Amino acid sequence: MRTLLNRRALLGRSLAFGAAASLTGCDYDDLKHPDLADRALTAMSRWNDEVQAALFDRHTLAPTFPASAITRPPRFNAFYSIDQAPRVDLATWRLGLTGRIGDKRHWRLAELRALPQESQITRLACVEGWRVVGQWSGVPLGHFLRRVNADLKARYVSFQCADGYYESIDMASALHPQTILALDFLGAPLTAPFGAPVRLRIPTKLGYKNPKSIVALGVTNTFPSGYWVRQGYNWFGGS
Amino acid sequence: MRRYRPIHPLPLRIMHWLNAIAIITLIGSGWEIYDASPFLPFTFPQWATIGQWLGGAIAWHLAAIWLLMLNGLAYLVWGTASGHFRRKLLPVTPRAVLRDIWAALRLHLPHEVGVYNAVQRVLYLGVIALGVLAVLSGLAVWKPVQLWYLSDLFGGFFDSRVVHFVAMAGISGFLIVHVLLVALVPRVLPAMITGGRLPDPLPKITEAAE
Repeated sequence: MRTLLNRRALLGRSLAFGAAASLTGCDYDDLKHPDLADRALTAMSRWNDEVQAALFDRHTLAPTFPASAITRPPRFNAFYSIDQAPRVDLATWRLGLTGRIGDKRHWRLAELRALPQESQITRLACVEGWRVVGQWSGVPLGHFLRRVNADLKARYVSFQCADGYYESIDMASALHPQTILALDFLGAPLTAPFGAPVRLRIPTKLGYKNPKSIVALGVTNTFPSGYWVRQGYNWFGGS
Repeated sequence: MRRYRPIHPLPLRIMHWLNAIAIITLIGSGWEIYDASPFLPFTFPQWATIGQWLGGAIAWHLAAIWLLMLNGLAYLVWGTASGHFRRKLLPVTPRAVLRDIWAALRLHLPHEVGVYNAVQRVLYLGVIALGVLAVLSGLAVWKPVQLWYLSDLFGGFFDSRVVHFVAMAGISGFLIVHVLLVALVPRVLPAMITGGRLPDPLPKITEAAE
């Protein structure tokens, strides 16, 4: 798996045009030694992060849809096939908290359900270009962060998942009213392929910024990156 | 010492080649992005794309777009301020376009050094408009939430993708004609590199195609 991902990871590998071929030629299987094209593209991607942060308006809402627009059956998507989705034991599952958070007590699912819930019918747009409409409900992340006395001036909120996936978002997007820790999907508790027991639902960002089956949430000023971001996707991933 | 007037002034040549790099990178990476979720019954062959995989293609696309936008902006400002647009691209009338198309089809359309015929004018103006359309529809695809007004303008996320694709197709069509004409009249190519030399005094318009 690792080798496959590394091979896919390469930003500027094997350009189609002969004239540009001289830009390549380093060992792309070693991501720790990016070549000139990789470095330039990474720098531009960081610049595009800044531009997206400037474009982001906390009052701009992602479009919402009527129930009739919901995509059925829902579309599964992950870096593995649907039968490999992690089965989380709900009895022992806890949401761990790390970093700049005042109250780091772990949370049980029932405790999350006792918090105020927000429902939304929004569009999940994949970086690949397809999109689906779904209905999610759960705890507004901004409410949760205030509840656990998180440092809202910190730069990032990070997520660790049961399947090894990890992601992170900027604090401004974390506090957006449509950003929720989703517990329900299509009116029922999340199932394993769709991120049970808790996933991030953030309609102001692309699909890969919506991590599933979260086991730990962190607040930090150290750039936490992300599973796909480490392989070349843009970090901000705004929509 | 006498200074010759170039056919293509230096700023125009620099911007032309920067634009060529940006456009080729954007089209090649754009094809790879399209291939990740095609909406027509075909995909672009891998050898014709840039970026190797979706993540690489997006990185190239969103890097090259800055070159295209900054260079394009410089071109629009320079073209307006220097009088290039007014002198070289205008006026363009339907009558003149029809006349020159007819002449071109009979292979009677002369190449006049330093002067754009009506067909060239309408093609250059058209490809500038397509470039603007491609940038705007691309922004709509990139940020359908934050730039919702652009997204709405193009009819939503999917329609923005289609408009963006059509703009690309139009620009690609222009490029094919553009490169084909250079292949037919290869002596115009060095002038876009060295600047060339305008005949002095101003060329007298003749019927002969050399």
